[in-house]
Amino acid sequence: MNRWLPRTYLTLVYLLLYVPIVVLVVFSFNDSRTGYEWGGLSLRWYEALLNNRAMVQAMWNSLWLALSAATVSTLIGALTALALHRYRFRGKKVLNGMLFVVMMSPEIVLAISLLALFLLVGLQLGYVSLLLAHVTFCLPFVVITVMARLSGFDERLPEAARDLGANDFTMTRTVLIPVIMPALLAGWLLGFTLSLDDVVVSTFVSGPSYEILPLRIYSMVRVGLKPEVNALGTLLLVFSLVMLILSQWILLRSKR
Amino acid sequence: MATESDLSCSGLVRRFGNNAAVDHVSLDVPAGTFFSILGPSGCGKTTLLRLLAGFDKPDEGDIFIRGHRMNEVPPNKRPVNMVFQHLALFPTMSVGDNIGYGLKRKKVPAAERRKRIARVLEQVGLPELENRDPQELSGGQRQRVALARCLVLEPTLLLLDEPLGALDLKLREQMKIELKHLQKQFGTTFVYITHDQSEAMVMSDQVAVMKNGRFEQVAPPEELYRQPATPFVAGFVGDNNRLAGTVVSVADDVAAVRLSDGAVVRGRVASAGLAPGAQAELYIRPESLSFSQTAAGGGSSSLQTRVRTTLFDGANSRVEAESNGQALFARLPQDGTAPALTPDGHLELSWDPDLARVFGASPQ
Repeated sequence: MNRWLPRTYLTLVYLLLYVPIVVLVVFSFNDSRTGYEWGGLSLRWYEALLNNRAMVQAMWNSLWLALSAATVSTLIGALTALALHRYRFRGKKVLNGMLFVVMMSPEIVLAISLLALFLLVGLQLGYVSLLLAHVTFCLPFVVITVMARLSGFDERLPEAARDLGANDFTMTRTVLIPVIMPALLAGWLLGFTLSLDDVVVSTFVSGPSYEILPLRIYSMVRVGLKPEVNALGTLLLVFSLVMLILSQWILLRSKR
Repeated sequence: MATESDLSCSGLVRRFGNNAAVDHVSLDVPAGTFFSILGPSGCGKTTLLRLLAGFDKPDEGDIFIRGHRMNEVPPNKRPVNMVFQHLALFPTMSVGDNIGYGLKRKKVPAAERRKRIARVLEQVGLPELENRDPQELSGGQRQRVALARCLVLEPTLLLLDEPLGALDLKLREQMKIELKHLQKQFGTTFVYITHDQSEAMVMSDQVAVMKNGRFEQVAPPEELYRQPATPFVAGFVGDNNRLAGTVVSVADDVAAVRLSDGAVVRGRVASAGLAPGAQAELYIRPESLSFSQTAAGGGSSSLQTRVRTTLFDGANSRVEAESNGQALFARLPQDGTAPALTPDGHLELSWDPDLARVFGASPQ
């Protein structure tokens, strides 16, 4: 009895987590037109999806946005983390705290304030406004990830590198970046996923010129669940899994 | 000294605010010597080492390495390498890449690099470990990798910042001897800083004792031990017993000091201006004290004490006795010549006044 209780509990938790995903994947191969009846195996929804030009365009848009937002926020975030870690300056505590404010404040607040700002400066809503918004909410996550890695960084390593003849640039390239690489990758991935599935902020700051996937899906399911969405969900799932495995593989390799 | 100095400093000063961490230090290290800077933590020895490595700049004074002024030379251009306190091996590189790091910066070709890495690993007793991770090695092995990483560059000067501090006692004893051998083998000039007097004594040709940013005495270990120049050196280097009192007479460089309970003890005058009536401190080593039954008599000085306890520690066994509330330690020979001692028993300790040193009382 005592042995079975934890196992049952764990099984329930995992069922709760994975059953919806399994259902989505199974029904993406469903031949039936309605989402709740099994009508045999088929790839028709994948076909429909790929023939849906607006959908494919939204997918590319989303990917490109997530890639660029993750990259830009990793660059800015890593430099911010280094500055916060290495230097002592006035207002450092305030800056540090402000990162958490962005992270903790409700997304809707961030969305409204970004929209107000963009309208105020007269920025056309589209890719640029989306990128700026996504970089804003990804940044704190990158900074915190990199700072956590830097807190365990031996301050003598840069000195040892310089002592052995490296200039600052070489030291950064050969010692600092390899050490914080796992954090850079983790931060980038975090940013990428946050950006890829963001709805709230994107709803406010996107324009008709640049449609992205989450918003497209959202507008599709508003008029009823289409099986195409299952197929799309499955593709995204596979994509995320590949990314996850890839990142783990890179991390493992960099450790050796 | 006939040989040219590898390192020569004059009047080095480094201030932090109003506090001078390094206060007019001058030193001269002949080529091929093992030079230690010994001092308690906070005495400025790490600051001094960082000045030599180039991580910090002196406010006053000059640093010369083989006659070239180094003050403005950045650390990556100095013919000086440093073994850090916690070694600072690069965690993302293999042992071989760690050792080859400096060679690569010097643009040594890959084939030549591999050869020199293999050779230096051989020399420090870690053959064939190129491809291992530093994290997989033991403390002593990592130590040797850190040394090899510097020695492979054949620096004029190797700086060592308490590198043995992180090792356990047994390994430390072993590494002390090994470091001394490696220094002789490579012939590189070592500047070693430590707060552990035994490390400094065992390994060094010359030891500088540092206190509050200044050198108290620079001398070979044996001279430091037998003829300490200041009360601080007498108390810091090796074990010592200290007896405070008032000078009653000075004759033939031997001072008689009256302790507060009226007992008079004698020792060789070690500081100038010691006149009758002056406050003074007498230092006598535990191994210089003999028990009266075995005393050489003659001109010896003696003190009546009461046994507190005996402390058995093999060859380093001691008896703790007290005189007028003052604890005194004397070495207990382990060859059977020691008297039977009972706690609270009476014990007369005596010594040759030539082995005791009398200083004017330190200002504190």
